[in-house]
Amino acid sequence: MDVLNVQNIEEKYQAENGEITALKNISFCVKKGEFISIVGASGCGKSTLLSIIAGLLKPTAGEVIVKGEKVEGVSAHIGYMLQKDNLLDWRTIYSNVMFGLEVRHMMSPENTSRTTHLLKTYGLYEFKDKYPSQLSGGMRQRAALIRTLAINPDILLLDEAFSALDYQTRLTVTDDVYRILKQENITTIMVTHDIPESISMGDKIIILSARPAVIKEILEVNFEDKSRTPLSCRNSPKFRYYFDHIWKELVIDE
Amino acid sequence: MNKPDISPERDQYLKKKKQRKRIILICQIGILILFIAQWEISARLGWIDSFILSQPSRIWQTYVNMAQNDLLMNIGVTVYETLVGFFLGVIFGTLLAVILWWSDFISKVSEPYLVVLNSLPKIALGPVIIVIVGAGTEAIIFMALAISLIVTVLEMLNGFRNTDKEYIKMAATFGATKRQIFTKIVFPYNITTLFNSLKINIGLSLVGVIAGEFLVSKAGLGYLIVYGGQVFKLDLVMASVIILSIVAALMYEAVVLLQKLVTKWYGH
Repeated sequence: MDVLNVQNIEEKYQAENGEITALKNISFCVKKGEFISIVGASGCGKSTLLSIIAGLLKPTAGEVIVKGEKVEGVSAHIGYMLQKDNLLDWRTIYSNVMFGLEVRHMMSPENTSRTTHLLKTYGLYEFKDKYPSQLSGGMRQRAALIRTLAINPDILLLDEAFSALDYQTRLTVTDDVYRILKQENITTIMVTHDIPESISMGDKIIILSARPAVIKEILEVNFEDKSRTPLSCRNSPKFRYYFDHIWKELVIDE
Repeated sequence: MNKPDISPERDQYLKKKKQRKRIILICQIGILILFIAQWEISARLGWIDSFILSQPSRIWQTYVNMAQNDLLMNIGVTVYETLVGFFLGVIFGTLLAVILWWSDFISKVSEPYLVVLNSLPKIALGPVIIVIVGAGTEAIIFMALAISLIVTVLEMLNGFRNTDKEYIKMAATFGATKRQIFTKIVFPYNITTLFNSLKINIGLSLVGVIAGEFLVSKAGLGYLIVYGGQVFKLDLVMASVIILSIVAALMYEAVVLLQKLVTKWYGH
């Protein structure tokens, strides 16, 4: 069964100087455990689409269905990770990763111990009493991921979640996060403008056109490698092929 | 820091830093001593009229006299009025700022009123305040409140509005309610703003209290200053002004100390 079903989403918004159609006829579905990358020119409405899926924004038309339930308001099944880690500097790492549970009144012993376990598994436990400013960029991003995973989401949305990091950190964090997500078998939708990143992580890539964004193509990525990691994908000979393909699709628009 | 072998450059750097600090302190104290000495000498030699400009030794005499009489009571009155005005200003100012942050509509509607009230010299309201609440302590506290309230509202509201939007969005992705966004994000984010506003406020409340005491009171440092001026006892005026400046500095330092404690506890 599909975990997520996006049906005929359309989004218009009213600006001072007229009506803007951001998204049109967006439909796709995602299976449990899949990693979907969404690429498109900047400003085409990728982030708007994520906000709609998360339930932060009501679409003008169409609906989003998560595990058979229509999304209305912020969905409890969805975790959303933004570009900046947004760790609160007045809270310790421990208190930061518990933020989501606290807001949702889900601080049960099971949930907190599960989150503590995540901290241990992903090497942040010894830093739990430190403040965000004492951690490196990569560690902060991992803490932000654990904060999102703490609420046990079925679907994780990544909104350019790595683009605030410098290139080297970015490659390692991408590898880290990918490993965590596969290990926890989490369905993920990632929006990015970075084509290599979308290929290296995605099982499928949704290519959006320029505004008003429609789906141009849903590309299946297959590296024929069961133990693929974002870094190993970048070395695969097929990587180039996918890159050229997406590049052409995106350039035709301009 | 506790490495046994500090390089000579490091050692020199640290020494230089320490030395500079000491020189600054010496200059600060030196200026004060020089000023007082110059004042005293000029008065003794008759270069200035000590009847009008007073002189340090006479101020000291007056101070000793006052200390034996009701100086503490007068300081107490002024400090009490200032603190009440200060706390009322902070509490109501913050509350109003919360309301204005909460409702964009109320905020838009009240904008022109806030602008006018902010630019109005509140001392002009003195007579009105006296007529309404009576010529007593209430009028003085009211004056302190009038002066500090609007500034607090604007300062806090500005801080609330400038809270990092990304933080708020992050909280929203977890389904945080507006109340949670305020208590968990906006307010803690603005602890520094709050303390900046407290620092301004303690000064403004004191301004309000002294202005109020000029107008109505029968006790307090402001009263002593006005009284001293009326009966031409400039020694009394000067002594009161000096005590007032010490009181003001102490109250300011108390706020700074409180800030240190709170931020330590909040773990900034």
